[in-house]
Amino acid sequence: MSNALRVEYKEEGGTAFVSPHGEIGYTEATAFRTYLKQAQDKRMPRLVVDLAGVAFMSTPGLATLVEALQTSKKTQTGLVLCGLQDRVRAVFEIARLHTVFKIVPDVSAAREG
Amino acid sequence: MSGMESQAPILLEMQSNPQYLSGARDLVSGVSKRLGFSDMACSQIALALDEALCNVIRHGYKRALDRPIWVRIAPIDASGGPSEPTEAAGVRIVIEDDAEQVDPVQIKGRALEDIRPGGLGVHIIREVMDEAIYERRETGRGMRLTMVKLKVSKKAARNDSGRGSDVA
Repeated sequence: MSNALRVEYKEEGGTAFVSPHGEIGYTEATAFRTYLKQAQDKRMPRLVVDLAGVAFMSTPGLATLVEALQTSKKTQTGLVLCGLQDRVRAVFEIARLHTVFKIVPDVSAAREG
Repeated sequence: MSGMESQAPILLEMQSNPQYLSGARDLVSGVSKRLGFSDMACSQIALALDEALCNVIRHGYKRALDRPIWVRIAPIDASGGPSEPTEAAGVRIVIEDDAEQVDPVQIKGRALEDIRPGGLGVHIIREVMDEAIYERRETGRGMRLTMVKLKVSKKAARNDSGRGSDVA
């Protein structure tokens, strides 16, 4: 059975963009963590995670993003989330994490800072 | 059968392999949609099921891939009794496993103020469902989680009347 998660990566100026597509649950969180770690290892000043292509996220996905947030604080690099679909945003709100992350509507807003 | 003995409109028997989680989510989401839940409510029900199954796999079965999990899905009326799908006021989802039993009181999520990875699953289940009750199975092995989601949430009604929101 294949892993349903596909992740795109690109760099623009001092910003790295990670764009996962698919579902981020128990089985996909490990791959997602690897992609985020690889992006953060590049020590770009900012990392934008575009979640517009993510239709489902459960707590393993949230945990991976919390780890990335902790890494960004240690390395003093920026972490921005954007493009959250309503059902994914609802999970952040239930977990009270919407106030912990910097979340903007879309990639354009993320580019603007 | 070592799992559920009673009849159910829908009974899913699955192995504790995380690769099957998406299929279980799709099943409960599709049934919930047919029972008349909104898209957001269907998503919440699927999320609660996913979190519950993840907890069984990780904590109950210690990530073993081939242990049994039984999921029973039933439409219910407003009083919690059986209902025809076309007249359902809500849905009851019962999840049973054959893992080592634990004290249900000990099953609880971490404080949300403690920002760290993990420990959110039980909190999410209790938040999105109207009821979530953990029990030991009568067989002497395994746990049972009974979750209820109503189309007109008790939580919403209680919030509207200012009497608090935590039913689960």
